Amino acid sequence: MAIPLLFIITIISFAMMRMAPGDPTALMMDPMIKQENLAAYKESYGLNDNVVIQYGRWLGNMVQGNFGESLIRQGVPVKDLILARLPNTLLLMLVSTIIAFLISIPLGVYSATRRNSKTDYAITFISFLGIATPSFWIGLMLIMVLSVHLGWFPIGGVANIGEPFSIWDRLHHLILPAFVLATADMAGLTRYSRSSMLDVLRQDYIRTAKANGFRKRTVIFRHGLRNALIPIITIFGLMLPSFIGGSVIIESVFAWPGIGLLFMDAAFQRDYPVIMAVVVIASALVVIGNLLADILYAVFDPRIEY
Amino acid sequence: MTLTEEPRLTGRPALPEEPAVSTHEPIWKLMLRKYMKNKLAVAGAVLLFLIIGAAIFAPWLAPKDPSQQVLLDKLAPPGKDYPLGADNLGRDTLSRLLFGARISLLVGFASVAGSIFIGTVVGAVAGYYGGKLDAVLMRFVDAVISFPSLFLLITLVTIFEPSIMTLIGIFAIFGWTGTARLVRGEFLSLRKSEFVLAARTLGIRNGRIIFSHILPNALGPIIVSATLGVGGVILGEAALSYLGLGIQPPTPSWGNMLQSAQNPQIMLGAWWYPLFPGLMILTTVLAFNFVGDGLRDAFDPKIDD
Repeated sequence: MAIPLLFIITIISFAMMRMAPGDPTALMMDPMIKQENLAAYKESYGLNDNVVIQYGRWLGNMVQGNFGESLIRQGVPVKDLILARLPNTLLLMLVSTIIAFLISIPLGVYSATRRNSKTDYAITFISFLGIATPSFWIGLMLIMVLSVHLGWFPIGGVANIGEPFSIWDRLHHLILPAFVLATADMAGLTRYSRSSMLDVLRQDYIRTAKANGFRKRTVIFRHGLRNALIPIITIFGLMLPSFIGGSVIIESVFAWPGIGLLFMDAAFQRDYPVIMAVVVIASALVVIGNLLADILYAVFDPRIEY
Repeated sequence: MTLTEEPRLTGRPALPEEPAVSTHEPIWKLMLRKYMKNKLAVAGAVLLFLIIGAAIFAPWLAPKDPSQQVLLDKLAPPGKDYPLGADNLGRDTLSRLLFGARISLLVGFASVAGSIFIGTVVGAVAGYYGGKLDAVLMRFVDAVISFPSLFLLITLVTIFEPSIMTLIGIFAIFGWTGTARLVRGEFLSLRKSEFVLAARTLGIRNGRIIFSHILPNALGPIIVSATLGVGGVILGEAALSYLGLGIQPPTPSWGNMLQSAQNPQIMLGAWWYPLFPGLMILTTVLAFNFVGDGLRDAFDPKIDD
């Protein structure tokens, strides 16, 4: 399923971009350029060939890890552009996944064990708010209050320019964007943990454990949570597409130089090779995430075998 | 028996001793009663009416022309002249928010109408016919769902020059998968039921069975998913417009208002400018979600009132 999916996606996006009006040569070239030079340029980048041939050439190169050269920044291999940006995006995604899980699971479990209490209603209401709030606006508000007015955090970027590398500086820049990216899925994850925990608490073995006189805490954590975590882990794979999509927006809000920002720049400039490469990498990340979720599922649940 | 009872279509004479118990209450009344008991859902419905009303009557409600620039009043604070302040070009924020509501709701309703249509047709065909056709269609749905759609969305928008029509089309093309799964589920559970068998025995065409016999039974869940879907599209449109790939200035939209608000200078001096468009998005989406949840409970016969 995964590989054909990747394949279909590359074909669709390649076809779309080639049918598009607007030509990168028109954007980057000096309007006074001579026609024969323009033609030579197009020829040298293979823009005059048949679309199918262009796709085949691109796919063949890509399989070998060669994504071609950027049309806008001439001579720079797309691979280098991506490799320079990818670690930033992966770091951002990793940290915000951790934040999302660390905040949502305890909230959901707490909510479930105190069902219909005031706290439960409060958490549910806040989740509703979270689902309805655009994450980029949360980012804007945090920048406005915490960075611009209070000066506690930088307003963007990955590190202070011109200063030597320091972990503290990197973390300082990372916290806000990672938190905001996490909020996009936090509400859903909390709701999901709550219902998953409720399902488990309704089971016979929980009643048995309670009847056997285990302490409430033991029942909740050892008997309940361990079983409730299984479906929560699988949701990680399903969250990933929205996470990667969210990174495009959050990277734009915080000027975080990851592949999301690279993609936005490329989209505005119609830099096809870069667009294609990011689309493929984003889909690959989703496929890997789904695989990872399947593996984790099997590791955590001994009943599942492959 | 009361005289207001609907006339019977069959020639069968009415049974005189039919008891007039409250279970004969029409279904929509029962649903309405259930809906009205959910306070959040009622609040959501009220909010929604207000917002839709504000959008429809924007030209009359707006205190100023939304695109009139008064450079002397640049970033004016909320006050008598500008109830919610003015933006960086001296335009009235309240008027722009009112006109922005038209854009958000138009894009929301129109693209959900499109995606519900596509989703219903695909889901109905897959669920009704089953077998290989179903497998192929559902695989396709899986593929669309598992793709980070924002990337294709952005690529499409840059190709087709963002406008209201392209946005509606693009959100319709990406939003139908949930509905397709839902409708398929309903059709799968109903395709072998007795009334469908009866309709088939009578020689009624498949298309007619699908649309006038089975589909009405799936209407509840479809309406719920449409309501929640509008909220989702409004969020998506806001994000695209914020990125500069959605509604283009000078047409006001809640998203592109936030784009011009992101500037440390503005944020330092004019907190109201980035605040209000976001609050509008939040309130509107929240209202749609509350209404959707209320409708879900009202349509669900398993939930007692």
